[in-house]
Amino acid sequence: MKFTVGWLKDHLDTKKKDNELIEKLTDVGLEVESFDNLSSDLDNFKVAKIVNAQQHPNADRLRVCDVDIGGQNTIKVVCGAPNAKKDLLTVYAGPGSIIPKNNMKLTVSKIRGVTSYGMLCSESELNLSEESEGITELKSSNYSDKIGKNFFNNNNEKVVDLSITPNRPDCLGVRGVARDLAAAGAGRLKKISLKNIKKNGSQKIKVSITKDKNQGCTIFGSCLIEGVINQESPQWLKEKILSLGQKPISAIVDITNYVMLDLNRPLHAYDADKIDKEIIVRNSKKGETFEALDSKEYKLEDDMCVISDKSGVLGLGGIIGGTRSGTEINTKNILLESAYFLPRSIRKTSKLLNIDTDAKFRFERGIDPQSIELGLTKAAQLISEICGGKISKFDIKKIGKYEQNKIKFKISLFEKITGFKVKDSEIIEILTDLGFEVSKNKLELDLKIPTWRPDIIQPIDIVEEIVRIKGYENIETLEPEKKRIKDTLNKQQKLFHFLQRSVASKGYFETVTWSFTDSKINNLFKENLKEIKIVNPISSDLDVLRNSIFPNLTFYLKKNLDRGFKDISLFEIGPIFKDSEPGQQLTVIGAIKSGKISRLNWNEKERPVDVFDIKKDVIQTLVEAGYDRQSILIRDKSPSYYHPGKSGSVYLDKDDTDPVAYFGDIHPSIIKKLDIKTEGLVGFEIYLDNLKDNKVKLKDQKSNFEYSDYQKSERDFAFVVDKSFKAQDLIEIISLIDKNLIRSIKIFDIYEGENIPDGKKSIALNVIIQSSEKTLEEGDLEKINKLIISTVETKSGAKIRS
Amino acid sequence: MSDIKKIKDEYLKKLDGDLNIESVNQIKTDLFGKNGKISNSFKTLGSLPTHERKKFASDLNSIKDELQEKIDSKLQEIDKKEINSKLENEKVDVTLPEREFNQGKIHPVSQVIDEISSIFSEIGFSVEEGPDIENEHYNFTALNTPDNHPARDMHDTFYLDNNKELLLRTHTSPVQVRTMLNGNPPFKIIAPGRTYRSDSDQTHSPMFHQVEGLHIDKNINMGHLKGCLNYFIKSFFEVDKIKMRFRPSHFPFTEPSAEVDIGYEMKDGKIVIGEGDKWLEILGCGMVHPNVLKNVKVDPDKYQGYAFGIGIDRLGMLKYGINDLRAFFETDYRWLNHFGFDPLDVPSNYRGLSR
Repeated sequence: MKFTVGWLKDHLDTKKKDNELIEKLTDVGLEVESFDNLSSDLDNFKVAKIVNAQQHPNADRLRVCDVDIGGQNTIKVVCGAPNAKKDLLTVYAGPGSIIPKNNMKLTVSKIRGVTSYGMLCSESELNLSEESEGITELKSSNYSDKIGKNFFNNNNEKVVDLSITPNRPDCLGVRGVARDLAAAGAGRLKKISLKNIKKNGSQKIKVSITKDKNQGCTIFGSCLIEGVINQESPQWLKEKILSLGQKPISAIVDITNYVMLDLNRPLHAYDADKIDKEIIVRNSKKGETFEALDSKEYKLEDDMCVISDKSGVLGLGGIIGGTRSGTEINTKNILLESAYFLPRSIRKTSKLLNIDTDAKFRFERGIDPQSIELGLTKAAQLISEICGGKISKFDIKKIGKYEQNKIKFKISLFEKITGFKVKDSEIIEILTDLGFEVSKNKLELDLKIPTWRPDIIQPIDIVEEIVRIKGYENIETLEPEKKRIKDTLNKQQKLFHFLQRSVASKGYFETVTWSFTDSKINNLFKENLKEIKIVNPISSDLDVLRNSIFPNLTFYLKKNLDRGFKDISLFEIGPIFKDSEPGQQLTVIGAIKSGKISRLNWNEKERPVDVFDIKKDVIQTLVEAGYDRQSILIRDKSPSYYHPGKSGSVYLDKDDTDPVAYFGDIHPSIIKKLDIKTEGLVGFEIYLDNLKDNKVKLKDQKSNFEYSDYQKSERDFAFVVDKSFKAQDLIEIISLIDKNLIRSIKIFDIYEGENIPDGKKSIALNVIIQSSEKTLEEGDLEKINKLIISTVETKSGAKIRS
Repeated sequence: MSDIKKIKDEYLKKLDGDLNIESVNQIKTDLFGKNGKISNSFKTLGSLPTHERKKFASDLNSIKDELQEKIDSKLQEIDKKEINSKLENEKVDVTLPEREFNQGKIHPVSQVIDEISSIFSEIGFSVEEGPDIENEHYNFTALNTPDNHPARDMHDTFYLDNNKELLLRTHTSPVQVRTMLNGNPPFKIIAPGRTYRSDSDQTHSPMFHQVEGLHIDKNINMGHLKGCLNYFIKSFFEVDKIKMRFRPSHFPFTEPSAEVDIGYEMKDGKIVIGEGDKWLEILGCGMVHPNVLKNVKVDPDKYQGYAFGIGIDRLGMLKYGINDLRAFFETDYRWLNHFGFDPLDVPSNYRGLSR
């Protein structure tokens, strides 16, 4: 919403300085986006005449123009516009100018070997219209005596640009803004001065609103103005339109725009001679078409509110008019429309057809239904003043009755919500200034809501009105209470934060990537999960929600490898999606590690990262989080995106059905598909939702501290087992033999090859044996030795290696 | 007597020489061996007259001790010399690099979330979460933003179905709805998390982070809201003086609504938060709309309170001088290393938010 301070003062009688008014606007909730002196920027744009245009020596499509900008010498400008020819009056922008359309700053520059001092501008570059084909053509009758003068003539007025929130349609008109300022003490709201206009005869074009279901129009006001001479707008009106960066078109169009911007009362002018017999406001039928003023052909659906005549659709009510009945410079008779359209209907239609116009924007937010006559009067008066013509009586058609909203407001609610007190009399004054009709009834106010405030529905809205006009700075700042109702984090959240930092502490960089990803990469990792498509993705390579953390991790890993990094450890903790309903998501840590360990190291031998590096990270993380290593069970099953022989899954307990983690080498075919070039690529995933609560809590008392000082004995064994036999099972067999005596089992060698039969391997272990009751004698040790060997041999089919 | 004196002098002199361990051992044998000179002298004791014997024995003993001591110290000296020369040979260049270690990093968004949680924990808030996929009802309708409300256009929503029923939440506010539906007042929660809008440029990314705040009780008013946010902003930016401005705004789910600006100035091309004369919008807030309370079965005549929503990424950018929002999500190893935090730097109340 833009306007000049001068325009504001048409409605506001004020002695405040500009910056005070700007501050006040912010204080009452009308956010000031910018407050700029248009002229300072726009002084660079001059009316100019091309006195000579020659072919550019090095470019077919360019011309070198000598441009008269009122000085002694002409200026050379290189121009690509087809219409840049001798004697054309146009708009010149000098070096240093900022082009309104793209905010580009002009400099002196060489274009194909010829120096160009500035630019000749198209209407589109000046934000005057969409016209970008050629440079602006100015009429010689109006501009021939203005060469060298500023093109934008706006009396040095500053333009205010407000960002109006959707609840304040009334402030889409300058008057609404003035009213708020007046209520906040920044001046006095002037009365609208309307001269009595002479109305002759009845409006001869019949208007009817059909009683269709969900009729989107409830009031249709109109008047006929016959015998007008449409023309260019007078200077004052042009300046108003130009000051907002819009382009004046003709008096009739400019007037309807002006009334809309001034009073937030959209109007539409039809060429009355182009209307076939009568106006029918009705619902459209599927398949009807019309050409709108944006020169596009629209195909309508059922039940859109259209203004039609006997021949068909003239326009979409409250959204856009049609070309068939549009006014032109030679229009003689006009039908002026001032109507009320329901926001819901406007919104539905414009969404379906994807149209956005000033009128649509306003009707969608709610126009004052009581402003029909005011709009007609003001516009008709201006038209007859400027273009002449005979004004008919107003014809106002209505379906249904409009009831003004009423609210009973308990005055105490204000203090209850805001925490501070305002005197009753001041409350009444504020509300009255805002246009409320107020009558006090003991502790309550009976309020009639201004018809231009569709946003005010219930008492809480009244509180907001009072507090924003009174000023938010009156609200006290109360010290926060430190009372806690609940623990800050629950168990799962604590686990999240712990694991996050635990993984990072192992040398991984945490990253945060989109929750969506490229379906092509996602497919490599999605397993049997459902693909969840985004209907309107931001780009075609971010088209699905991720089923795994790995698609994004591998994608960005590759990017970093391409940057020249080799040994990369990345992880992300976040959601993955199983399906498209709320809650069908899991929290997962995905981590990935590439390249080598000890690359280019002077004292250690380098080697590619491998499955046992990543297994260490995942197991250590779980152990740090409090899970017992002894109970953790590894299985060699894992999702298909891992190397089938070098990966596994982790279970907290051997009876668990759901793994808490996977780890391993990434499948070589995926590495190839993604074109990842690295010596090794391993990863792990931890599923937080599968991590059960620890049975033993940190806050619990620890078990008794028991230890043995009796002598420890170490024994080494080597068993020859089938190659497929798992080390984990061997350890379990031995540890179960005597839990009191066998304190630790360590595998210190795996051997295959010479002296070992094909299909077999040798596992060498070191076992520590210690009693908590006595020093073991040679006989006891021999007994347990024999027991270990015989048990392993029976249970595993292993042979002790001699 | 003069004999043994001579032996003493002779051997003390020998022992002063540059000897190896073998020669010292030879001297030891020469003196104290079975037929050693000192041993033999002791053997002569018996043949001496009684009056000389005592004196001679005493002299001999003291010479023996002296030589013995000299030999021991010579042996120690040689030993020490040998160790020293051995260690000298073992010397390494300790300026060579240590064994490799890799310092991990925590993403700035995670760090900021932990900082925020720590601050709000201090004033009694607990942390709630909600799903990233929401339905239209929780994201909009229950939050007093019906289908025909123009405010919906301001949220460029990602949809997951053609009926626009399922979507990626455009803000963290649906967590308010879920929290209130699942419990009874009072409520005092924050809800940090991912949010999504189909918008992408220098200052917008299709995914970003918000933290929602909600405090509902019997008499929570706008003064509490102001106090809470004032406390938060000061704690978060770790500055004593900060200018804050509440100005009226509009959100469908709060009434009255406000936006909060903080003061800043530009120094060397960076935004410095504090008392500058420029204003920067950092959050939206307000008193929870009675319609929202009704939608979640909380009686607006008995309970009232405030809610707020803050952009987490933006807070992080301001505090830590990060210019480009999109870089947060681009996983550039160099960026993560530069802006990331050591995992041991856990923000907490007692040790402070940051080092």
